[in-house]
Amino acid sequence: MNARLGARLAPYWLALPGWLWLLVFFVIPIVVMLSLSTQTGDILTGFSQTWHWQNYVNGWNEFSTEFLRSLLYGLIATVLCIGIGFPVAYWIAFYGGNHKSSLLFLLLLPFFVSFVIRTQSWNFILADDGMVLSPLKNAGLVSPEFHILSTPVAVIGGLTYNFLPFMVLPIYVALERIEPALLEASSDLYASRAASLRRVVLPLSMPGVFAGVLLTFVPASSDFVNATILGGTNTTMIGNVIQTEYFTNLDYPVAAALSFILMGGLLIGVFAYARTLGTGDILDMAAAS
Amino acid sequence: MTAQVSLRPAPTVSAAVARRRRLHVRWHWLLPTWGWLVILWLSLPIIVMIVFGFNATTGKFNFTWQGFTLQWYRQLFAIPDLTNALVNSVTISVIVTVIATTLGTFLGLALGRYVFHGSGSVNLVMFANIAAPEVVLGAALLSLFLTLNVPRGYLTIVIAQVMFSIPYVAITVSARARSLDPAYEEASRDLGAGPYVTFWKVTLPLLFPGVLAGALLTFALSIDDYIITSFNAGSTMTFPLWVFGVSRVGVPPQVNVMGTIIFVFGVLLALLTALAGRRRA
Repeated sequence: MNARLGARLAPYWLALPGWLWLLVFFVIPIVVMLSLSTQTGDILTGFSQTWHWQNYVNGWNEFSTEFLRSLLYGLIATVLCIGIGFPVAYWIAFYGGNHKSSLLFLLLLPFFVSFVIRTQSWNFILADDGMVLSPLKNAGLVSPEFHILSTPVAVIGGLTYNFLPFMVLPIYVALERIEPALLEASSDLYASRAASLRRVVLPLSMPGVFAGVLLTFVPASSDFVNATILGGTNTTMIGNVIQTEYFTNLDYPVAAALSFILMGGLLIGVFAYARTLGTGDILDMAAAS
Repeated sequence: MTAQVSLRPAPTVSAAVARRRRLHVRWHWLLPTWGWLVILWLSLPIIVMIVFGFNATTGKFNFTWQGFTLQWYRQLFAIPDLTNALVNSVTISVIVTVIATTLGTFLGLALGRYVFHGSGSVNLVMFANIAAPEVVLGAALLSLFLTLNVPRGYLTIVIAQVMFSIPYVAITVSARARSLDPAYEEASRDLGAGPYVTFWKVTLPLLFPGVLAGALLTFALSIDDYIITSFNAGSTMTFPLWVFGVSRVGVPPQVNVMGTIIFVFGVLLALLTALAGRRRA
């Protein structure tokens, strides 16, 4: 093999091991799951490939409530993250001065604690006889039956809490890139603060908001940790259902079909959103954050 | 600098100026308050975790303050299953970091430095991997293992975690590789270095900040992962899996202590990395 051919093949050799890993343990499993989702049978007699697409219809009919609930919770959590996170990103980007990195670091502190422990910690805080509710109950401010855990408020609150940094970071990156000269120009042209915010800052922050929505909505609506630790029987999300179908009911085909419906629903949502916004550089933004 | 811009007196009637300045002052007060409140909210569960690691609790539930004790720090390893889970988590994360960083660095270098057939597909697959819901990644891999009758355990956890980590390393390394000046490598070749010497002595040191960032990200993602791991763990326990498992029956205070130690260690590591970076710059 001469040297020039070696150089030409170099990228292929470099990319090969990582690519193979992704191919064998990500791409092929998706295909296998697609096949599994159209099989019939049960765990004792084994499953066979029958192209039974009815699994999708059955899965949807049985669990549409959980699907819609997951999308709704994910949507509410995402909107709350924008509402809560945008002012924070704005504050750090424009008023952070020399302390920008320190403030961002404080914002990222939760990432140094395991996701499950953070959520469990909220379970402590919000427990029926925990540190928030028991003083209120002892003071007679709320009724003894009042509870926060097992309600949608607890689950959506947990989702918002856990995914907020994923919203703030990309918005911060987008705001940070805005040239101060643009704001100066806007002010020189007699735009009020509100007008500058609406006409200059908001449009320029949209790629950040887009990346934030992607990083928040998809994991929030497919999460089942918050629903398990903070929720109850009326807040079951689709992630819980998929897990139960795989591990408790051992109904692999329906579980696989549900996974595809979830992925399809989220992909359609994300692409529709991308089209209306016309943002191309998602990967760049995701990488930059 | 924006503050100066908006303080510039606009040539309008004085009442409007005064009103704007009042608004401005309120704005100045409101934003930091909101920011600090959000930071406090984000830190609240961490504070609770740390404080309740010192709680002299007697019952199963560690909800209310019973007095200060260091008992749980002394009996940190008193629960063999929990200790075992933590050891698994740490060793798995180290193995995953080594494999994913190696494979991801090569892949990132190929994507950042060369134009080759199929790079578009690789990018697409990596994007799909990052964008896909974790439940789907976990369920798909489980479907493969179920179909091939692969028993789930330590090894399948490593496989799953390397799978979701490679794209993050590849993206950070390729971003770094793209910003490198090829002249360094050309100079190395002109001076007679072969491709291996050039790679080890020139390319890799130049890529190092990207490689390090990818490795740290992988370790953090790996040690914390619950969803994908839970699908492929079988009966093997990691720290998050164990904590999740006992969440309904009461979490022992040792979990708070371990969480605190990991937290302090992580924060110190991040601060040291940042300091080292600042000194170099």
